[in-house]
Amino acid sequence: VESAHSGRQDYDLLVIGGGSGGLACAKEAAQLGKKVAVVDYVEPSPRGTRWGLGGTCVNVGCIPKKLMHQAALLGDRIRDAPHYGWEVPQQVPHDWRKMAEAVQNHVKSLNWGHRVQLQDRKVKYFNIKASFVNEHVVCGVTKGGKETLLSAEHIVIATGGRPRYPTNIEGALEHGITSDDIFWLKESPGKTLVVGASYVALECAGFLTGLSLDTTVMMRSIPLRGFDQQMSSLVTEHMASHGTQFLRGCTPSRVKKLPDGQLQVTWKDLASGREDMGTFDTVLWAIGRVPETRSLNLEKAGVNTNPNTHKILVDAQEATSVPHIYAIGDAAEGRPELTPTATMAGRLLAQRLCGQSSDLMDYDNVPTTVFTPLEYGCVGLSEEEAVARHGEEHVEVYHAFYKPLEFTVAERDSSQCYIKMVCLREPPQLVLGLHFLGPNAGEVTQGFALGIKCGASYTQVMRTVGIHPTCAEEVAKLRITKRSGLEPTVTGCG
Amino acid sequence: AKCLCCIGNLSAHQSGLLQKLLQKESAYDYDLIVIGGGSGGLACAQEAAILGKKVMVLDFVVPSPQGTSWGLGGTCVNVGCVPKKLMHQAALLGQALSDSRKFGWEYNQQAKHNWETMTEAIQNHIGSLNWSYRVSLREKAVAYVNSYGEFVEHHKIKATNRKGQETCYTAAKFVIATGERPRYLGIQGDKEYCITSDDLFSLPYCPGKTLVVGASYVALECAGFLAGIGLDVTVMVRSVLLRGFDQEMAEKVGSYMEQHGIKFLRKFIPVMVQQLEKGLPGKLKVVAKSTEGPETMEGVYNTVLLAIGRDSCTRKIGLEKIGVKINEKTGKIPVNDVEQTNVPYVYAVGDVLEGKLELTPVAIQAGKLLARRLFGDHLEKCDYINVPTTVFTPLEYGCCGLSEEKAIEVYKKENLEVYHTFFWPLEWTVAGRDNNTCYAKIICNKFNNNRVIGFHILGPNAGEVTQGFAVAMKCGLTKQLLDDTIGIHPTCGEVQKREVF
Repeated sequence: VESAHSGRQDYDLLVIGGGSGGLACAKEAAQLGKKVAVVDYVEPSPRGTRWGLGGTCVNVGCIPKKLMHQAALLGDRIRDAPHYGWEVPQQVPHDWRKMAEAVQNHVKSLNWGHRVQLQDRKVKYFNIKASFVNEHVVCGVTKGGKETLLSAEHIVIATGGRPRYPTNIEGALEHGITSDDIFWLKESPGKTLVVGASYVALECAGFLTGLSLDTTVMMRSIPLRGFDQQMSSLVTEHMASHGTQFLRGCTPSRVKKLPDGQLQVTWKDLASGREDMGTFDTVLWAIGRVPETRSLNLEKAGVNTNPNTHKILVDAQEATSVPHIYAIGDAAEGRPELTPTATMAGRLLAQRLCGQSSDLMDYDNVPTTVFTPLEYGCVGLSEEEAVARHGEEHVEVYHAFYKPLEFTVAERDSSQCYIKMVCLREPPQLVLGLHFLGPNAGEVTQGFALGIKCGASYTQVMRTVGIHPTCAEEVAKLRITKRSGLEPTVTGCG
Repeated sequence: AKCLCCIGNLSAHQSGLLQKLLQKESAYDYDLIVIGGGSGGLACAQEAAILGKKVMVLDFVVPSPQGTSWGLGGTCVNVGCVPKKLMHQAALLGQALSDSRKFGWEYNQQAKHNWETMTEAIQNHIGSLNWSYRVSLREKAVAYVNSYGEFVEHHKIKATNRKGQETCYTAAKFVIATGERPRYLGIQGDKEYCITSDDLFSLPYCPGKTLVVGASYVALECAGFLAGIGLDVTVMVRSVLLRGFDQEMAEKVGSYMEQHGIKFLRKFIPVMVQQLEKGLPGKLKVVAKSTEGPETMEGVYNTVLLAIGRDSCTRKIGLEKIGVKINEKTGKIPVNDVEQTNVPYVYAVGDVLEGKLELTPVAIQAGKLLARRLFGDHLEKCDYINVPTTVFTPLEYGCCGLSEEKAIEVYKKENLEVYHTFFWPLEWTVAGRDNNTCYAKIICNKFNNNRVIGFHILGPNAGEVTQGFAVAMKCGLTKQLLDDTIGIHPTCGEVQKREVF
C-alpha cells in the first residue's frame, strides 16, 4: 500500500513553514536526494507588518534583535571612548531611521539568500498559506486567493509561533504593537511602554533604552519566568540602574489613543489595587507567543495538539499522532523555542527520514543567551531546578562577582557582573548548570556548553588554565561557594 | 666577606633560637622566600601564607635602558596583559566608533585620539592594582621587600634596595619567579634610541610614526593597537609571523593587519638606529638589511619599538653560587614536573621555566599548586596540556591545543581530519566589514574517536569564545560531541557547528 501511495505523491517531503527548523529540514532532505517542497506564508500582523522567507529568527527575532542590541551597545562604547582617549562629543544622537533601514536591508538580503539556497538545492518553494485536506494532502492559498493542492509522503510542520495579544484589555489590539512590528518600524517608537517580563520584553526594552528612548517595562510578576531567578533579578537590576523604568506588579487595563496621537495607558497595581495612568508613543506587547497551528486544520489530518497550549504533541522522533507527519521548532510541544534547536532537530529529522541515521535530538543542556544590556548566558539547570532535583545538601554552588577589565578605564558599573556554577556536591562535582552575566555572554557560554556536553566536572574546569585577560577566565577561577558564606568578589590578577 | 646583616642575624638567631626550636620549622627566617613579585611569585607566596607559612616576597624592577620602572605585580599587571588589553580596547573602540555610524549614531568628524588621556587612565588603573597587591600581601601577612634579591650561599639571599642598602634573609625553600625582560638587538643605537614594551605603556608622549621590529605576539599586538588609534605603523619581520603558532592562522592575522593599513617589511633586520632629531618623540633613522641578499633600506620614524623576544632574569641572581643549573644559551631554568630545580629546596615558576608557556594564568596555576604541594600536603601538579591562549591583534586569534603543523608532525597527516569555515559575525554585516575574513578550524585525531586536538578561531572576542572550548578539550571533546551540542544564536562561538572539510 505504501509504495502505491508514494508513487502518486507530488513530493517525498513537504515542509510547512520556512523558518529555522523548516528550512534546515528541507535543505538537508534535498541534499540527501529527496524531492522536497517548502511552503511559507506570513499572515500580516494586526499592524500590517509582513516579511519574507526565513521565519521568525531571520525576520522578527534573533537577527534584527541582535543588530538593534548591537546598535545600543555601540552607544555604550561611544560613551566609553573618551575615557580611552577618543575625542567624541558628549551627547551623540541616534537616528532610528538609519538603523532600521540598515537592519531591514540585511534581513532582506537573508530572505534573498534563503530563496537562492532553496533554488540551488532544487527545493520547490511556494509562498502560500497551507492547511490540511487530509493526512497526505495540503491545500495552499496565495495572497491573491488562488488555491493549490500538494501531496507528500512525509510532512513536517514547522509553522512556529506569533506574539500573543492580550484579549481583555480595551484598545490593546488597535493601538499596541508587538515584536512582529518593532523591527520594521520606519520611524522611532519614541517613548515606549513594554508590557511583559519575557526575554523578548527585556531585550526590546534594553535596546530601546540604549538607543536613548524613554522606556518603561510593566511586569505582572517575576522577570524571565523559567530562568534562574537570582540571575533574572540581576538582569533587571542592571537595566533599572541604566535607565529603564520598571512598573512591577502591575497590569494594564486600558489603552486609549489621544487626539495628538499618543497613547494613554491605564493600569492597576495588583498589590494596592490602585489605578494609575501614563502616556506613551508606543505600547509593545511582549507577553508570550502562541503557536501557529489553529489555521492548519490539523483535525483533518488527525494531528493532536495540547488543548491548553495548542502546540503539536510529538515524541522523541519528532513524530505527531500521525506516523508520517512530524513537527519541529516552536510549534512543537515541550521544545525549547530556540533557532539552533529547531535547526538541529530539522536536520536530524531529515537524516532519519532518508535513512541516513537514527540519531535523535538531545534537548538536554541547551545553551542560550538573553541579549539584555548586560547579557545573560546559561546552560544546564538553574539553581532552583538543581536543588529541586537533587536536594540542597547535594548541590554546591560556586559563584563570583567580577569586573571586566574594559570596564575599569571606562568607569563602568560592574555591580551585576556575576557568574555562578551549579554542581553536584559529591566529587568530582559534575557541573549541572553555568550562569554568566556580563559582556559577550553568548561567546563565553558556547564553549562551556560544549564542556558540559562532555560531562565536565568542577575539578576539570578548575584544571583548565584561564585566558588572560578575559571575562570567561573568571569561570575557570570560581572558588567561593555559596555554602561558605564568604564574600564572592574577585580582585586583582589572580 | 659577610654583609653586616648576616652578622646581625647570627646574634638574632642565637637569642631567638630557643623560641624557634619550639616552632615547627628550623633556624631559617622564613619558610619560603619568593624572588619576583609577578603573577607566579605572588600566587605562590599568597597561597603559602594562607597555608600558615611565614613567607617573604622580594620584588625589584631594574629600570629599562630608557629609565622606565614600575610597581608590584610583575610583567602582566605593569607592562603586559593589562595595559596591552586596555590599549587594544582603545583601538577596538575606534573601530566601534566608525561602525556606530552605520547603526544610526550621528556624529560627523573622524574621531581623533589623545595618547596622554589614554595612558594616564591606564596607568591609574595599574597603580590601583599595584596598591591592591600590596594590601593583599599585608592582609595575608606576607613580608614584602622592594629589593633586588640574589643568592649568596645555600638557603641565603642578599636583598639590595634602591639606595644600595643590603639585608640578608634565609629560608627553608625558595621560588624563583623573576620573569623576563625584552631583548635588544645588539646593534648601534638600540639601547639609546629604541623603546620596548617596558616603555610603551607609560610613554608620556604619543609615539607617532612607529617602526615595530619583531613578529612575536608582542610585536603584532602593539603594532595593532598603535595603528588602531590612528598612528602610521610599520612592522619589520625577519622571517615568519608568530613563530610557534599555527602558521595558517598567523598569516591570516598578518593579512588582516595589512588590509587595515599596517605596513609589513618582510625579511629585513635593522642594522643601525640613528637619531636625526631629539624630541618627544624625536626622529630616528633606521637602516635595515635584507636577510636574503645585499639589499638595504632606510626609513625615518618617530619611534622604534623592539619586540624581538624576551630574556630570562636568571643570570644575575647568584644561581651559580648555589649550583642551580640554567640553560646557558637561553637562560631558562629546567625543572621537573613539580617545578623543582636541580637544587632540591629551590623551585621556579613562570616565564623563567624552560619548555613551559609564558603566560600569566600558567604561572599563577603553577605557583598556587606548588605552594599547596610544598606546604599543604596536596599532590596535584600543574596541567600544562591544552593551555588556551589568545593573541589580541586587531582581529583576535584564540587557540587551544596543537597547531596544524604540530598535529601533522605528531600524528601524521592521514590520521587527521581538519574542519574549517569562514564566518561573518552578525555585527559586521550592517557595519559593512569584511565577510570572508573571520575563520575557525578544528583539528581532529581520526584514530582516537575524532578527538579534538587543536582549536583555532580568528574573530572578535576570540578569548571569550576559546575559554570554554579549552574546558571541553580538557574533558576529551570529540567531533561528535561538538556536533551534538546546540549553538547559541547568533554568536561567533556557534560557528563551530558549521564546518566543512
